[in-house]
Amino acid sequence: MRKGKIVGLEGSFAVAEAVRMAKVDVISAFPITPQTHIVERLAEMVADGELDAEFICVESEHTAMSACVGASAAGARVFTCTAGPGLEYMYNMMTIPSSMRLPVVMVIANRALSAPLSVWCDHSDMMTIRDVGWIQMIAENNQEAFDLTVCAYRIAEDKEVLFPAIVHIDGFYLSHVIEGVVLPDEEEVAHFIPDYEHPFVLDPEKPVSMGCYGPPFIYPEAKKAQEFDFEKTKPKIKEIWKEFGETFGRYYAPVEKYKMEGASIALLTMGSIGETAMLAVDEMREEGRDAGLLRLRLWRPFPFKEFRDAVKDLELLVVLDRAISFGMGGPVCSEVKSALYDKRKELSIVGFIGGLGGRDIPIDGFKEMVNLALERVKMVERGEEMEPEMIGVREWGR
Amino acid sequence: MSGEKRGWQDLEIGCVVTEPGSAASYKTGDWRSERPVRDNTKCIKCGICYIYCPDAAINEDEEGYFEADLYYCKGCGVCAHECPRGVITMVEEEEEEGEK
Repeated sequence: MRKGKIVGLEGSFAVAEAVRMAKVDVISAFPITPQTHIVERLAEMVADGELDAEFICVESEHTAMSACVGASAAGARVFTCTAGPGLEYMYNMMTIPSSMRLPVVMVIANRALSAPLSVWCDHSDMMTIRDVGWIQMIAENNQEAFDLTVCAYRIAEDKEVLFPAIVHIDGFYLSHVIEGVVLPDEEEVAHFIPDYEHPFVLDPEKPVSMGCYGPPFIYPEAKKAQEFDFEKTKPKIKEIWKEFGETFGRYYAPVEKYKMEGASIALLTMGSIGETAMLAVDEMREEGRDAGLLRLRLWRPFPFKEFRDAVKDLELLVVLDRAISFGMGGPVCSEVKSALYDKRKELSIVGFIGGLGGRDIPIDGFKEMVNLALERVKMVERGEEMEPEMIGVREWGR
Repeated sequence: MSGEKRGWQDLEIGCVVTEPGSAASYKTGDWRSERPVRDNTKCIKCGICYIYCPDAAINEDEEGYFEADLYYCKGCGVCAHECPRGVITMVEEEEEEGEK
């Protein structure tokens, strides 16, 4: 089932189309590579009257998020986007909408962090905001960038959710690459994301105070309530994705599986690189290796149960991190390990760090990871220490 | 303060406060380690303490004398420092029986 027409769109424009169809009231964003085209396109839409929204020009990402917080508190549907160092500058404000339960929607065109200065893709920026309380999902291609942005509004604004949501799209790989994107009927999108009413908005007739001072007698209760409600969003996210699938014909899940039937070995990736990993899995299958691929779609709340179910028949999981936690290894790898610890599952997990700062990982890179991982498993069996390893790095210029 | 007995389930979404002006119920007097004690026999009712109080915690009574509202007074001592007649002495607070 395919509803709508296929249009050639770069990921940035696909996101802008989703934002336009969501009929947002307020956009506030500061341009930064590789997110710039999203802001440019939206500014153009507003200037040309294609989108009836307030475009608030700001001098920084910190202010962009501040403006979104204010607009959302007044009941507006808002959008912002940033990347890499812009997100670092915005960090100060990131915990505000999640604690104040404002359904701000944001797209991040994932970018490496300085230094050396890199505008190219990795997931270092994403990892700095793991713990700020936003729902976070990851797109793999431009269609998903569109679909997940539409879903983000529906999810964030659901009265049982009311948390801000992020859609991660890999910088350049998605933001600047043109792909065929099925654009659904605008009215159908409008129907899927109806107008919403926040239980508390800034209104002089019914005054409330938001983001108040929280002394020790109340702060832990506020955090407990926030965490309790955040954990509860996962079933709602799944329900909304199911409804999206029934409406538009494309289904999403917290952990996506590719050729996992009968697999004893699986790769785990996030983002656009999953498409290369799929090709690697195809080749490995042809070569007689029972390999599959898992792709994390939902990063927060972390899909513990779905992940455990997905790995239940595996012997080896090979995790690729496009980010590094210096002195600790790959953040995704350590999270998936912790997801299994309580269950004491006998599963070897080997993590690699690669694809930093826009370095490509070819199909053979994934096959090499699997071979290295199998060696690592033997090392561990011999009682040797396993250190985090970087893949695809030149040694001594040879 | 009214929130002090509330469990996490009792909070409004986002910890929104629905009671306007609720900051007035916040007992900043809890911060105080010294309290201002006055000797009004020396007081000339000039009102300097009233003007200088950074928390507007000093009120004028019917006779024109000034008294700190100990619910809000943080015990900063500015009034004692500024008083031209040495009316105000800062006296150490002592823990009362039963207080934690």
